[in-house]
Amino acid sequence: MRYLPLSNTDRGDMLARIGVNSIDDLFADIPENVRLDGLLDLPKRASEMQVERKLSAMAAKNTSAGSVPFFVGAGAYKHHVPATVDHLIQRSEFLTSYTPYQPEITQGTLQYLFEFQTQVARLTAMDVANASMYDGSTGTGEAVLMAHRVTKRNKAVLSGGLHPQYREVVEGLSNMSGDRVVSLPADPMGTEDILSQIDDETSCVVVQSPSFYGQLIDLKPIAEKAHQHKALLIAVFTEVVSLGLIEPPGTQGADIVVGEGQSIGNGLNFGGPYVGLFATRQKYVRQMPGRLCGETVDAEGKRGFVLTLSTREQHIRRDKATSNICTNSGLCCLAFTIHMALLGQAGLTKLARINHGNAVKLRKLLSAVPGVEVLNTAYFNEFTLSLPKVAEDVVERLVERGILAGLPVSRLEPENRDLANLLVVASTEVNTDEDRAAFAAALKELLA
Amino acid sequence: MSMNTQGRPTAPGNAGESFRPKTFTGNRALDMEEPLIFEFGSLETTGVDLDEDDGIEFELGAFERKADIGLAGLAEPEAMRHYVRLSRNNYAIDSGLYPLGSCTMKHNPRLNEKMARLPGFSDIHPLQPVSSVPGALELIDELAHWLMVSTGTHAVAMSPKAGAHGELCGMMAIKAAHTAAGRDPKIVLVPESAHGTNPATAALLGFKVVSIDAKDDGTVDLATLKNRISEHTDNIAGIMLTNPNTCGLFERDVKEIADLIHDAGGFFYCDGANFNAIVGKARPGDLGVDAMHINLHKTFSTPHGGGGPGSGPVVLSDRLAPYAPLPFIRKSDAGLELVETNAATSEDEQPFGRMTAFHGQMGMYVRALSYMMSHGSDGLKQASEDAVLNANYIRVGLQDLMSLPFGVRPCMHEVLFDDSFLKDSGVTTLDFAKAMIDEGYHPMTMYFPLVVHGAMLIEPTESESRASLDLFVATMRDLVMSAQRGETERFSGAPYLAPRRRLDETGAARKPVLKWTEPEPAQVTPEAAE
Repeated sequence: MRYLPLSNTDRGDMLARIGVNSIDDLFADIPENVRLDGLLDLPKRASEMQVERKLSAMAAKNTSAGSVPFFVGAGAYKHHVPATVDHLIQRSEFLTSYTPYQPEITQGTLQYLFEFQTQVARLTAMDVANASMYDGSTGTGEAVLMAHRVTKRNKAVLSGGLHPQYREVVEGLSNMSGDRVVSLPADPMGTEDILSQIDDETSCVVVQSPSFYGQLIDLKPIAEKAHQHKALLIAVFTEVVSLGLIEPPGTQGADIVVGEGQSIGNGLNFGGPYVGLFATRQKYVRQMPGRLCGETVDAEGKRGFVLTLSTREQHIRRDKATSNICTNSGLCCLAFTIHMALLGQAGLTKLARINHGNAVKLRKLLSAVPGVEVLNTAYFNEFTLSLPKVAEDVVERLVERGILAGLPVSRLEPENRDLANLLVVASTEVNTDEDRAAFAAALKELLA
Repeated sequence: MSMNTQGRPTAPGNAGESFRPKTFTGNRALDMEEPLIFEFGSLETTGVDLDEDDGIEFELGAFERKADIGLAGLAEPEAMRHYVRLSRNNYAIDSGLYPLGSCTMKHNPRLNEKMARLPGFSDIHPLQPVSSVPGALELIDELAHWLMVSTGTHAVAMSPKAGAHGELCGMMAIKAAHTAAGRDPKIVLVPESAHGTNPATAALLGFKVVSIDAKDDGTVDLATLKNRISEHTDNIAGIMLTNPNTCGLFERDVKEIADLIHDAGGFFYCDGANFNAIVGKARPGDLGVDAMHINLHKTFSTPHGGGGPGSGPVVLSDRLAPYAPLPFIRKSDAGLELVETNAATSEDEQPFGRMTAFHGQMGMYVRALSYMMSHGSDGLKQASEDAVLNANYIRVGLQDLMSLPFGVRPCMHEVLFDDSFLKDSGVTTLDFAKAMIDEGYHPMTMYFPLVVHGAMLIEPTESESRASLDLFVATMRDLVMSAQRGETERFSGAPYLAPRRRLDETGAARKPVLKWTEPEPAQVTPEAAE
């Protein structure tokens, strides 16, 4: 087997040195009646070429985003990632290193985590950011738990503009831990009355902007009302590129900001691995979940970085920890850091402008299609259409024409019939004028 | 002869051997000091060429960002050099033996990276029409099949994002099963040697953690277990047990433990962190396990990536299978079907909820399946056997000098020493570990498990050759003898030769500096200005 260096001679010699007759003597603690001699129901070893052939055949059955006009967003976005990023994250020293618990020989990882935390804090306009969460949805769950610790209350109010699957993650966690959740009904237009839901028992309000439906939401009045009741505002975003162009949640009064960072540096990967961004105010730092990297000095006075405040974490605090989280999204957060370092403020702003410009172009083309209504008044690179037909059927018909047109809301909210005709569409920098024209023309034909 | 031989050949010269110049840059040849990107990038620079953005129309409402973001950019060559230099300050499996017990730092085949980057896997959207991704469902189903066969189970929840997330998923399924049966037991038993994530997970779900002592041989004491169960009759939700345990020992009484827990109305959660020791040798399903997460980044070698991303699918017993979270793939005569919402479930499917948006760590699934297919049934078994063989080879190479807390006996894939061999030497476990760095090794896991004083947990994995193990053993022997001779200086200040000496972690925690801020402009005094 190509990955195993020991030869049979080595194995024999080593068993002799250990003083046992056979390898099975080393497994003697396993009760005899359950001991196996291999997994006979599985195929035997395969060469590189055989594995490649089989997996490539599976991959070829999928329609990749880059091969068609592509307009699906709703929490994951198709962006162009510079070639440099994927090269650098495959450096052995990054790829095959462990969590930096030995800082003397992991300054590479630690320094990029520090750069990452700085980037996230600046993008969100918050005081501190952690070294990443698994993704935006699990980060949102953790943010709600953190708010409960800070406020010593246990009721979360979730906006109807929150991604339905993010909502389900929070609801699931809360049901299990006995916390209360008030989930407002789906809010495609961004017109819900969330303020009246906030009271003295509320721990936190969770609001996504741009919302799941693409609508930009004014967080300031919500923050104000929440703070009047000593509750926290958790601001969520799924499209981090939006922060290049829109007012950051930090200046709108958010107490915790959680977002999905996939758009920067990371591919679609059918939903994972992604990278959760998590930032908060300085005063709450000791209630944060996840790893934190901090600056310090070594014995010779040289600047260096270490994982810090780990007395919050499970490996020290066990059942008193702020979270059970252990892993972060190390390599995905490196990809984010490198891509963001390449963009810089100048590149990010331009990228965001192009995204918005492309979405506006698409909005114009699609609202000109008879029967189509655009629901949003203000949006970034994504908006919601109301179609005269069931959106899921329309999308399926468009697949036949080689266009991946967006997300029918009914896929995630099948029980709400009012949403059956809604389609969430996104247009990023990867779309061309031809892509958009093809989409509009096909839609027009289908709806005629 | 017209060849220019100026400057050649060089000779060693006769400068003093011990002379180390204090360099102007602070660099030491290939060992470079590297600033933060914010200290040398510029707000105007970008390393990404984008299309022109003039003439765009705005439909942003009143939401436009007004203030600067304050993020410096780098040109491509600057970024390349910066991150290459940073990478050189990292230890990695690709550069040396990485004996972190319980973490399983084995070789990461690059075929797996290549497969994960096929556009048909890496460039597909989690919410694009299901009809356009049949190969993705096929891949997930195929990996699920390999995981179920190798664990002897019939169900697996694929979506958890990492090991601890898998634990959470398994314990949520257990809680859901109790609730469905009209029960609300509160106690979760956790052996002292458990990973910190176990008690943290149980506590997160509102369970009360009751610890079980180990007996003298490092395994769970059945008598104590029976006592704990009878102290909490009718209130036992389950047990969280790592097997092989974190002392590197297989819990011989595992089936009795499972029976006791089941008789008490509880479920058996197995922490699968050490599953890599027994693949092809025993199946958790045959040992009475109800739920076990599999760290794909340990057992099936998806790269650790400096701390993630991980992936933690959870195999489930038939009793827990109905409660598996959304989403899952249903297999029928009609083919594979993706079930994403409660509305799409059938009567016998009662998902307890959802762990994450989308479908889990697809990129990790591809790598793990590529790894499993490459090994096959024979290779997976051989890998476990070699991992155990290598650990025992280290054990016998060191057991006369270092101290085995549970006496001389075979271990599984990792060997645990305590610090009694350092008694009166003035050298601590930490010092000893830091001296390993100077020898070119990443330290082993230290001070874990907590059941042993000054624990040192060594896991070589199957990726090491005999020559590599021999050198490691020889190095460790030299270090032990040096410590016992009282050469404390080699240890107390170590590492001396790493990119950094020991760092002030206490200071870092007292006044946390968690991001870069612009230095205060230098104070210009009126006199200096003149």
